[in-house]
Amino acid sequence: MTVGLPHVLTLAALLFGIGLYGALSRKNAVHVMMSLELMANAVNLNLVGFSRFVTPEAMTGQFFAVFSMVVSAAEIGLGLALVIAIYRRKRSVELDAVQELKG
Amino acid sequence: MSTTLPAVAFYLLAFAALYGAISMMSTRNVVHATVWLLEVMLATAGLYLVLDAEFLALVQVLVYAGAVAVLTLFTVMLTLRRREDAVRPFPTAWGSLAIAALFTGAMLLAIRGFCPVGVEMPAIVPGIEAFGRELFTTWMVPFEVASLVLLVALVGAVWWTGGDDR
Repeated sequence: MTVGLPHVLTLAALLFGIGLYGALSRKNAVHVMMSLELMANAVNLNLVGFSRFVTPEAMTGQFFAVFSMVVSAAEIGLGLALVIAIYRRKRSVELDAVQELKG
Repeated sequence: MSTTLPAVAFYLLAFAALYGAISMMSTRNVVHATVWLLEVMLATAGLYLVLDAEFLALVQVLVYAGAVAVLTLFTVMLTLRRREDAVRPFPTAWGSLAIAALFTGAMLLAIRGFCPVGVEMPAIVPGIEAFGRELFTTWMVPFEVASLVLLVALVGAVWWTGGDDR
């Protein structure tokens, strides 16, 4: 029973799929943000797996994962700030409440 | 010279991550979903340890488990004040399920078909000291840009959530 790069990639693909389902199906903005974080997490897992199996000396994937974490931390901070700004204006965080641009 | 991953630890952590993710989607309470997301993040930190990325495991625990989960909980508490707001009806979204299943199936087929390396992995692990040296020499400019990105995100978050008097 050996574990290799295909196992890591399969796990990351499954996590990404679950996050994609959540991001598409949820009506609550906070839950959508959490699903996006799950997807970013799966991508980071992919990067670390590739880094370990393909270029372990250069650690390129690990550095990519570090910067990806920085960007997703900024994203969750700004996204939740936006959720609170929408809540102040609409008294709701339902995505159905924000449809001014709907034709 | 090559080694393989410790199989038992990997399968335990993978099961923990997948179970947490599925529970996060199947619970009706948003607060419970946040706690399940925290569990997924901790399991991923364990996977980073198995994959010999110690620094990333630390950053994962600090940033995701420490900051992101607490921030999400704060937002849930600030925006869903009544209990009946936090307990959601279960969404019936067959279209989303179909899209996610199709995408995951395509990814799994691609991994099965085109994965370049197998189960053997190189035994060379540079460790956290080499990681720090690389980060502050080769990746210096991206590091500074990343700190600028975080600063701008901080200022933007304060601006957006600021008082109503503007």
